[in-house]
Amino acid sequence: MAYKQATHASADHSHHDEKPLGLTRWLFTTNHKDIGTMYLVFSGIMFFVGGAMALVIRAELFQPGLQVVDPGLFNTMTTMHALIMIFGAVMPGWVGLANWMIPMQIGAPDMALPRMNNYSFWILPFAFTLLLSTLFLPGGGPAGGWTLYPPLSLQAGDSLPLTIFAIHLMGASSIMGAINVIVTIMNLRMKEMSLLHLPLFVWTWLITAYLLIAVMPVLAGAVTMLLTDHFFGTTFFSAAGGGDPVMFQHIFWFFGHPEVYILILPAFGIVSEVIPTFSRKPLFGYDAMVYAVASIAFLSFIVWAHHMFTVGMPLAGQLFFMLATMLIAVPTGVKVFNWTATMWKGSLSFEPPMLFALAFLFLFSIGGFSGLMLAIVPADFQYHDTYFVVAHFHYVLVPGAIFGIMAGVYYWLPKWTGHMYNLRLATWHFWLSTIFVNVLFFPQHFLGLAGMPRRIPDYATQFADWNMWSSIGAFGFGLSQLLFPYIIYKCVKGGEKATNDVWEGSHGLEWLLPSPPPYHSWSDPPAVKFSDEPGEFDPHAGGGGKH
Amino acid sequence: MVKQIASGLRAAGKTVARACVAALAGITPAMAAWDLNMPEGVTELSRKIYDLHMLIFWVCVAIAVVVFGAMIYFIYRFRKSQGAVADTNLTHSTRVEIIWTVVPVVILVAMAVPAARTLIDIEDTRNSELTIKVTGYQWKWHYDYIDDGVSFFSTLARSSDAARQLGSGVDPNTVPHYLLEVDQPLVVPAGTKIRVLLTANDVIHAWWVPDFGMKKDAIPGFVNELWIRIDDDKTGLYRGQCAELCGRDHGFMPVVVDVKSKEDFAAWLAARKEEARQAKAPQAPAPAPTASPASASTQPEVAQPESAQPAATVAQTN
Repeated sequence: MAYKQATHASADHSHHDEKPLGLTRWLFTTNHKDIGTMYLVFSGIMFFVGGAMALVIRAELFQPGLQVVDPGLFNTMTTMHALIMIFGAVMPGWVGLANWMIPMQIGAPDMALPRMNNYSFWILPFAFTLLLSTLFLPGGGPAGGWTLYPPLSLQAGDSLPLTIFAIHLMGASSIMGAINVIVTIMNLRMKEMSLLHLPLFVWTWLITAYLLIAVMPVLAGAVTMLLTDHFFGTTFFSAAGGGDPVMFQHIFWFFGHPEVYILILPAFGIVSEVIPTFSRKPLFGYDAMVYAVASIAFLSFIVWAHHMFTVGMPLAGQLFFMLATMLIAVPTGVKVFNWTATMWKGSLSFEPPMLFALAFLFLFSIGGFSGLMLAIVPADFQYHDTYFVVAHFHYVLVPGAIFGIMAGVYYWLPKWTGHMYNLRLATWHFWLSTIFVNVLFFPQHFLGLAGMPRRIPDYATQFADWNMWSSIGAFGFGLSQLLFPYIIYKCVKGGEKATNDVWEGSHGLEWLLPSPPPYHSWSDPPAVKFSDEPGEFDPHAGGGGKH
Repeated sequence: MVKQIASGLRAAGKTVARACVAALAGITPAMAAWDLNMPEGVTELSRKIYDLHMLIFWVCVAIAVVVFGAMIYFIYRFRKSQGAVADTNLTHSTRVEIIWTVVPVVILVAMAVPAARTLIDIEDTRNSELTIKVTGYQWKWHYDYIDDGVSFFSTLARSSDAARQLGSGVDPNTVPHYLLEVDQPLVVPAGTKIRVLLTANDVIHAWWVPDFGMKKDAIPGFVNELWIRIDDDKTGLYRGQCAELCGRDHGFMPVVVDVKSKEDFAAWLAARKEEARQAKAPQAPAPAPTASPASASTQPEVAQPESAQPAATVAQTN
């Protein structure tokens, strides 16, 4: 029990900041900050690898005709781009932020299961080496789309088992991470902190962790059935043997829909931290926000078939999944309204985290609107599998999930490093990202409506103009992202000393720690009092909750 | 050596220049062709779907104006730089929270009702006058007029196929209907309720013509159905594509439908029936000559599927 020892020796903080030097520190570390850093660095690397693949795609689509890659490699790029961005960039990004912040936000010294924390990280480099190695196999990497629909995915060569094993490893890592988050929040939060005092980031992660535990085994089951269909003569998904290829889609999306909330819920948490801070006002409707996240999570389990309205479902099934999907707009709307109301009569300033959170607010809402349109089954018969869908999910994932991660990093970076980063450069990073992300994805709505299917390497000439704009946006967005590691690197290396609470309106326990915080966050829980009302701890309210 | 590099650079420069010109050319004269919206289409259902699409779109625009308007106003009005002071007591209001939960529910119900009504129409395939079986193959379509014994494959036109090869050097703009042209289009009558049965022979495909408003998956081992009724006066060619990733050449299996008047369609079908009968006739006494390249090339589309269609398809459609 590492954290208990730390508690005993808490009288002497500095002594415990000693850590092994060199590679072994990172290989064997059980410290939540070290592991969080490794997760974040890994996520950043994967973001650029997946981004490079996206640029191959956009380079090919710059003009009609095939200029850069052949159709097989193009399909591999779309497949790998999705797998790497989802499992390599966004999910580890969130786990990294959880590792860093959850113990600091709940008054704990570390994560509850530090050794497992180390394992769950170190699985990832192996998983992605396995996945990326398929690019060098004779038949190439997986090219059947990240959704791995059979029978197409079963036509893959040697890449199939490697991809499946990589997914198994990623799933194992995610489940371990999720268990760790739940155990930490439930057991290590300071005694005075009730569940309705949890910061929203902790709340959203708690719910995300339950989603992960519920659905990652389902994905593992689905891909294992693909494996046995391919190698051991089973026919789960083959009609010739009495199976059903559509059953795979049902199982996959039973995982897949909660998965998209796994990607976005922690971003809701970050935005719920950032907007109050820079509005200098507590979050509006704290408990409604918690219930909204919980309802979204619940609904995510009963809407999966809206990804597959064109497979030919019974009318009653289509109606059910349409209505259930539309219902998600209600709690999502509540969240957007609450964030907006938080700014009402606030005192707003626009530092980089706030800028990213505001862009999230606008652009995620655009993704929400197109999501609502996609829920309407008859219209979905037109939208399905077109660039309209591509535009929709990129709006919720790039200015949604990715901007959420960026807002979080810019919010807590001074706390982590003890230095202020270059605010001017980060503001540039924001504006370039926001402008180009719209140039990149907004025209894709038009392409989809005009009839361009997704996942095609070449297109009819009437789609040429918007594709060109989209590609220009892609390169602009991709290049702008180089600012991000540069700003972080400079901030780690030095800069103006950051204060403990960093931002004027910051609230929450993490801001009571020094910047940078000690190696073991809270050896003793802080002496603060919480209000009887639900809501986060607010130091500006005289240490007595948010009133 | 230096010369080679120089010529290489010049070639590269030309490519860049050409791309720039193409980019500029794309912006100016082609403006009219910049499609922004879904086509209204030419069928009963496609117009209903289009109306529904526009309804949801305008509802979303209205909500966006209100919500984004509020956000922009708050961002502008409550700037700290302009001396705004936060009112930290504004943390709850049960009344507004009830309002912004109930109002969206009402809007959603208002949208769900017409959507459900249209969906019920879409699913009603009864009383069709013509049935066509569409089978997806990697990477072409097979059309079968199952009551008339006429069937043929439809593949990407040669001109497009030559131009779409990696580094072909052919400018797609010079190819008529690049990637949306086939050797043999599906022919259907206008003003007729047509039931389309969909299945596939290898992997999942999806058959889609945007102007018909419908798209449905063609799944091996299963038969899906959809129906279309094209307006009497909307004869002509309509183009679409496979819409479900089906492998390497997924982007290269277009759907082209030639909509004829009822009379023209009847004449066309009669002619095709006759061709099919003739192609079969010499087969009975002497099967050998039909396999000769000469006769195969005269009737490739009709003769080929009869003999080439794998047994699996037959089994799957049971």
